[in-house]
Amino acid sequence: MITLTHYLVVSAILFTLGVLGIFMNRKNLIVMLMAIELILLSVNLNLVAFSNALGDLVGQVFAMFVLTVAAGEAAIGLAILVIYFRGRGTISVEDVNRMKG
Amino acid sequence: MNYSLQLMMALPELVLSVGAIALMLVAAWGGHQSTKLVSWASIAVLIGAGVALAGPASAGGEAFGGLYRPDMFAAFSKALIFLAAGVSILIAPRFFQQTSGDDLRPEYPVLILLSAAGMGMMVSAGDLMSLYVGLELMSLASYILASFMRRDTRSAEAGLKYFVLGALASGILLYGISLVYGFSGTTLFSGIADAYASGDQKTGLLFGLVFVFAGLAFKMSAVPFHMWTPDVYEGAPTPVTAFFASAPKVAAMALATRVAIDAMGPAIADWRQIVIFASLASIVFGSVAAIRQSNIKRLLAYSSIANVGFALVGLAAGGEAGVSSVLYYMAIYVVMTVGSFLIVLQMRDAEGRPVETIDSLAGMSRTRPGLAVAMAIFMFSLAGIPPLLGFFSKLQVFLAAVHAGLYVFAAVAAAASTIGAYYYLRVVKVMYFDEPAPAFPGRTDPIEGALLVLSAVVISPLGWPLLGYLEVWTGAAAKALF
Repeated sequence: MITLTHYLVVSAILFTLGVLGIFMNRKNLIVMLMAIELILLSVNLNLVAFSNALGDLVGQVFAMFVLTVAAGEAAIGLAILVIYFRGRGTISVEDVNRMKG
Repeated sequence: MNYSLQLMMALPELVLSVGAIALMLVAAWGGHQSTKLVSWASIAVLIGAGVALAGPASAGGEAFGGLYRPDMFAAFSKALIFLAAGVSILIAPRFFQQTSGDDLRPEYPVLILLSAAGMGMMVSAGDLMSLYVGLELMSLASYILASFMRRDTRSAEAGLKYFVLGALASGILLYGISLVYGFSGTTLFSGIADAYASGDQKTGLLFGLVFVFAGLAFKMSAVPFHMWTPDVYEGAPTPVTAFFASAPKVAAMALATRVAIDAMGPAIADWRQIVIFASLASIVFGSVAAIRQSNIKRLLAYSSIANVGFALVGLAAGGEAGVSSVLYYMAIYVVMTVGSFLIVLQMRDAEGRPVETIDSLAGMSRTRPGLAVAMAIFMFSLAGIPPLLGFFSKLQVFLAAVHAGLYVFAAVAAAASTIGAYYYLRVVKVMYFDEPAPAFPGRTDPIEGALLVLSAVVISPLGWPLLGYLEVWTGAAAKALF
């Protein structure tokens, strides 16, 4: 029997993986966008699991909002990535260092 | 409740979003030539939204089943936000013309309008859902604004950093929201407050609270979530930086206040520790790290971090006095910071390209005495030196903290504010006592000049008569939350 706790644990693991993906990834900016999606999906899992456990629809409506915003966010993220690549010719995380201090 | 009255309550955001969509069409149709038209029309839309605040939009009550709160608190914050947004549209055209040779594109004012609509939604949020949607509308428009000079690698990098860290912050906030929802069973602020008051599910709700505050701290750039601020402020085009330093800060601060008081009021003992830590850390770190900066935009970025720390002193105090002191502080802060960025806009080399080093300000008292006086007023005011208005705003937040019984905290914060005085005074010293660097050529644009004079006069002792009004308004705004 899969209970609410199982869902919360899976979601917490996904969230942690997403955060680690942003901080430990030194190679590729696209991986960062994937990590951000992972975070948002872990939140969605949380919302839907809670919604089911509480018998309350608000959580599922909220998950729809999150999905929509995530799509917009990905579009803007990729657009910024494209203009960044045009200017610098690289998408390596280590090269994002024009400004320091 | 009747539906048209609810729409009237949300009129400022409706005006902004309908205006932004219409102007987007004009921009798409008219192309580059329409910039001037779209800019002035955007100013008109902002004024229209500001006028709409006087109606049901500030009358109190709630709309759309509690999702939206049109009270005085929201109306006061929105007035500040619209003002800052309008200024950032006015100061943009000349900067873009000189910097990239590329004229300002008409999308710029439209994005500012969308961002302002998101901020209006944020400060009026009565539910976690409207909070999230408003916050994201603001953030998504801001990411594009930060990378608006597409051919400039620094601007693109600023946009990229802002996007990645901003999206992470939204994720953290959202995770906190999902926990708060799950353990309280509702997304309405009033229901969440009941859940905190009842004391059930304490651990889960506490986790949610920590995540929500971490996400909000990120948006207002409080330490330890400030790392994006200096880079984004330096890389973004200066008018955009002026915008970031003013409007979104007010919105994030007002949102944090509303969440803390409205939704999590019964848990004040828990969030007060977080706010006190973030506040002290922001003041100390913002002041210390600013000392070794040589770029004026980075300096102002650290200054904005320290200023958020001071505003958080008022939030930590809590209660009606604390909330009104936060708004009081932010109102004066917006004028000071916009004024400082107006000076940064005047800094250009012989070819008209912008320069950003503090050394290039050397001897400005002799080459451009008017600008030097204005800059000195802003710097002294940011340092909190009487009789300028920056002193009174600091006084208000410290008084609120003392009245709340946080004596040690207020004393430490006040002592730490003297560190900040060092780097503000260094700018004044460079302007008045160093050998002159090449003068900034050209004349000040009439609009920029008028805004500069206006903000300097408001901050100077001539602005004292305004303080009485400000106290009345912030008092009325704070009352709306209790």
